[in-house]
Amino acid sequence: MAAKPEVGIDASYASKIRAKKIFRTVICVLLCIMSIFPFYIMIVNTTLSSDTIKHGIHLIPGNKLVSNFKGMLERTAGKGTTVWQAMWHSVIIAVPATILQVYFATLTAYGLTVYQFKLRNMAWSFIMAIMMIPAQVSIIGFMNLMIKINLYNTYWPLIIPAIAAPSTVYFMKQYMSSALSVEIIEAARIDGSGEFATFNKIALPLMKPAMATQAIFAFIASWNNLYTPTMMISDNRKYTLPMFITGLKSDSIRTDYGFVYVGLTLTVFPLLVVYFALSKYIIAGVALGGVKE
Amino acid sequence: MKRKTVEYGKYGYIFIAPFFLVFLLFQLYPLIYTFYLSFVEYRMKDGKWNTPKFCGFDNYMAMLTKTDFKTGQKVWFNTLPMNSIKNTLIIWIINFIPQILLALLLAAWFTDTVVKLKGQGAFKVLMFLPNIITASSIAVLFYNLFANQGPVTILLRNMHVIPEKYNFMESKTATIGIIAFMQFWMWYGNSMIILIAGILGINPSLYEAAMVDGASGKQQFFSITLPLLRPILEFSLVTSAIGGLQMYDIPSLFNVTNTGIGQPDRVSHTVTMQIREYASSSNPDYGKAAAISVILFIVTLIISLIFFVVTREKQPKQKHAVIR
Repeated sequence: MAAKPEVGIDASYASKIRAKKIFRTVICVLLCIMSIFPFYIMIVNTTLSSDTIKHGIHLIPGNKLVSNFKGMLERTAGKGTTVWQAMWHSVIIAVPATILQVYFATLTAYGLTVYQFKLRNMAWSFIMAIMMIPAQVSIIGFMNLMIKINLYNTYWPLIIPAIAAPSTVYFMKQYMSSALSVEIIEAARIDGSGEFATFNKIALPLMKPAMATQAIFAFIASWNNLYTPTMMISDNRKYTLPMFITGLKSDSIRTDYGFVYVGLTLTVFPLLVVYFALSKYIIAGVALGGVKE
Repeated sequence: MKRKTVEYGKYGYIFIAPFFLVFLLFQLYPLIYTFYLSFVEYRMKDGKWNTPKFCGFDNYMAMLTKTDFKTGQKVWFNTLPMNSIKNTLIIWIINFIPQILLALLLAAWFTDTVVKLKGQGAFKVLMFLPNIITASSIAVLFYNLFANQGPVTILLRNMHVIPEKYNFMESKTATIGIIAFMQFWMWYGNSMIILIAGILGINPSLYEAAMVDGASGKQQFFSITLPLLRPILEFSLVTSAIGGLQMYDIPSLFNVTNTGIGQPDRVSHTVTMQIREYASSSNPDYGKAAAISVILFIVTLIISLIFFVVTREKQPKQKHAVIR
């Protein structure tokens, strides 16, 4: 980076920089507080009675957590999906979707990087172009197709399409061009390794860091998805977690504020834990996806 | 050395086949099917599905025009579906402009080599945090905070910032503003990290040369950073516009009726909510739902095309993509 101006710093210049530094730090701290504050209020409110919550913002936790927790479970029981079932549903959708998405994106990127074939450039341009098409515009056709082939109200429409994730392919191909050399693949061929074995045993391990990053994003995207499940699942026993959250606004629970905040905290808490454990990789992944020279 | 890649060519097709098969079956075919449905009358009347029949541009006319009750004349564009597009664009614009400006400012601060900020790692982690939390949870949380009996509303009333009877949920401006704020709050950290990466990718010798010539921090920002960041800024503008047009989770859970109509007076009803309204109301109308989807597709396409045309001429050395 640029050299530090070591020479000729007089006192007023130094104090000006100090002032700037303090000002910027204060703004950043305020923004960070803005990030956490709503979640902090949410967590504090899980420990307060509905009457207390109604009287404004409280910063000190109370002692109603257990009763709110029980109340929330009771109030949402028998309404189709409990919070634990909803979480389980989200897990059994997000885990296979993530595995399929990352594996097949890497496979596609590998096919486009390692082999020379006639339609290669066309296929690549095509993948870049379809990155721009949002899934929402074809949802009506998708929904009707799923009704026709009896996959409506199942989790398949939420899992299988993960195989064709253009932005993941894009990321994998960018990463592959620097992480994978043709020499290694040729060496494997000389040793008599088949093409699929080469991919699974040699290319995949080399791609692990990129796959891990993409897996985090794929999992979070699937976990948080509300629109597609809303259109594909109408059976309230099959609701996913974001659909369960919708139920927290229903008339039977919305005025019991303490219960609502417990429900919300249960949905947010796992993500907070995962995020703070993996934030380093997540931030690096966003930056990598943003620019690749 | 000659590379023996030609004879392996067929594996290329085999390796990319699953992607394209799934794409054709689960994305392209549904897209074409949506186009087809938009030209078909296909809805539930009196609890029964009609036999789908071709109806030309009837669904589109129903999207674009309505008949005025008083004069009996056709009115263009002032329809519920068209207004849902307008609502979506308004929410997007008032969230995107402050979002990108703050992200740019923070990116400039974080990459400043003269005023070095401490604790950048922690700042980035916390500013990015809202982005990964389930948007549905955030919408319901903010709804509870700002509802008629919500703690924020009560606090502001007690402080006399807002009148005694004021209700955020009854105000169009407040509802739109809070939805835009949630979007802004969730996404500025993401934009910031992408812009920081973009700035760090700029050749440092440019800054060194500028410093030798005595350029101030501001001059460096406006003469080096901003012009070289332009493609990334344009790209994030477009991906954000495309993503913004599909906005669903937050408005659909913030201020809505039991049937999912954006309140008050439909100002927070977005396009995707409109599609869902047609598709899952008690009298579903797939033809109309498909027609508004196609209109959304065309609007999205126009925005993408503008981007491609604008950036192709001055394509720089950087390639970039945004993960969503």
